[in-house]
Amino acid sequence: MIEAHNLTKDYGKKRAVDELSFVVEPGVVTGFLGPNGSGKSTTMRLILGLDAPTAGTVTVNGKRYRDHQAPLHEVGALLEARSVHTGRSAYNHLLALAQTHGIPRRRVNELIDMVGLHDVAKKRAGTFSLGMGQRLGIAAALLGDPQTVMLDEPVNGLDPEGIHWIRNLLRGLAAEGRTVFVSSHLMSEMALTADHLIVVGRGRLIADMSVDDFVRRASGNIVHVRSPQAEELRGHLVASPDVTVTVIAPGLLEVSGLSAPQIGETAAHHHLVLHELMPQQVSLEEAFMELTRDDVEFKTGVGPAATTEAAA
Amino acid sequence: MSSVANVQRLPRVPGVGRLTQTRVAVSEWTKLWSVRSTRWSLFAAFLFTIGVAALACAVVSHHYPRMSPQDKASFHPLEVNLAGVQLAQLALGVLGVLIITAEYSTGMIRASFTAVPKRLPVLWAKAGVFAFVTFALMLPAVLVAFFVGQAILAGHNIDVGFTAPHVIRVLVGAALYLTVVGLFGLGLGAIVRNTAGGIASFAAIMFVLPPLMNVLPTSWNNAASPYLPLQAGEAILSTTPGGHHLSPWVGLALFAGYAAAAIAVAAVLLVRRDT
Repeated sequence: MIEAHNLTKDYGKKRAVDELSFVVEPGVVTGFLGPNGSGKSTTMRLILGLDAPTAGTVTVNGKRYRDHQAPLHEVGALLEARSVHTGRSAYNHLLALAQTHGIPRRRVNELIDMVGLHDVAKKRAGTFSLGMGQRLGIAAALLGDPQTVMLDEPVNGLDPEGIHWIRNLLRGLAAEGRTVFVSSHLMSEMALTADHLIVVGRGRLIADMSVDDFVRRASGNIVHVRSPQAEELRGHLVASPDVTVTVIAPGLLEVSGLSAPQIGETAAHHHLVLHELMPQQVSLEEAFMELTRDDVEFKTGVGPAATTEAAA
Repeated sequence: MSSVANVQRLPRVPGVGRLTQTRVAVSEWTKLWSVRSTRWSLFAAFLFTIGVAALACAVVSHHYPRMSPQDKASFHPLEVNLAGVQLAQLALGVLGVLIITAEYSTGMIRASFTAVPKRLPVLWAKAGVFAFVTFALMLPAVLVAFFVGQAILAGHNIDVGFTAPHVIRVLVGAALYLTVVGLFGLGLGAIVRNTAGGIASFAAIMFVLPPLMNVLPTSWNNAASPYLPLQAGEAILSTTPGGHHLSPWVGLALFAGYAAAAIAVAAVLLVRRDT
């Protein structure tokens, strides 16, 4: 369990993390989502105590990370930036980390096999590809059999097989009751892995909710209805307040403010024929774009969002 | 299918051990020996100490019959014998810097401080392990250099015995001096956190500062110079104590004090700075 309370970090005049409060619960995969530069990596460094917060606190399993007697047993972390001496072999890198906690060599070998680095374990880490480096980082994160696993952009540089492997691994870790906290700037990746989302933009909390709620909230309950009696149906639907109905094509309505079952029941009540009843789920990607549109650090300078921003 | 299917479960470890200073030292031992450049630097320091001493003794021995009486009078068999130490100190000082700055340049420091979030145990372990390894390697190197060198000089009967005055003090002192040089480099490296900057500050303080003192009036220079790190440290190598030098053990103690001060400053910064 990770608990952040009003966590704030300034680098000079720039505020990287802005009064962030959240709780990462055990047993589920929590996605930590935000555009590049939104403070995800900084937050993770604050959790590990690599950087000191300007204000606020963050605890892991009830204590500050540095106050634990066996830190590697509490949190296993993969940071976005490489954290390996390029001149040391993968095996010796893991061994040196394991030795700080008296973790046996057997465990090091086990993890090397598990992440699939067996054949290159004796090679210098500097010769590793991005994907191999990620696997080594994941092995390091899991060395201490940690209660909480925190991975910053773990799928970076992994091939499809590796991405599939990570997803299964994260789900498995959560199923074992561990706390799993994974950052990504790719919504589609989170859609396949996470149960819960913490979304940040410019260091501030934008959303803290389940993936389902996130999509539901962003999609705003829009339903497309196809009916040969569209005009008549429209008249019954707009009877209630908060409902808007737009005719987007002859015989095709876009209804917002009512769920598909409610529309179906209304139609049945009035003996109207429905040909299609389609809830319009926006994709997570669209939901994410919608939510973070105003909080993107580096805009491309094209598109309506950027134009409004420039005008303001 | 491929191996991905059966690796989702993490093998459990029955009770992970606590973090202790001793365990961090074991980890630093592994780190020190598992990087090629470190092994080579230590090997080089060992070989320089013996090889250069043997070479210097051979050259002096060859020229001795033609040396002027003044040169013969100022000649001391132990001084020639320490020629290798001059080279070894460069290798060890640079290695001291590298042991810590390489962690910063590669990002390893983040892994180190994630495993040991209190941080200071890492610094103490690095200093302890490096000091132990340096002394344990350099003492035999200096002794071998002595016996090889003196055996060469014995050809002209200009050698000195192991039990002659100053000899044991100088030899043990040389190993201690080299150990302190390494620790001084480590302290500076930990302060600067950058390889180029660390080596530059080490070289500037040790080797550039002394000649710069010559711009001072002679009396000031003579008064201040013995207290510089290099001169203070080298007092332990002196075969003719006195003059403008500090006494051998006082000098070495002062040099060790400089190294300790550098490590103390590094310790304060290490805890305070972001990584």
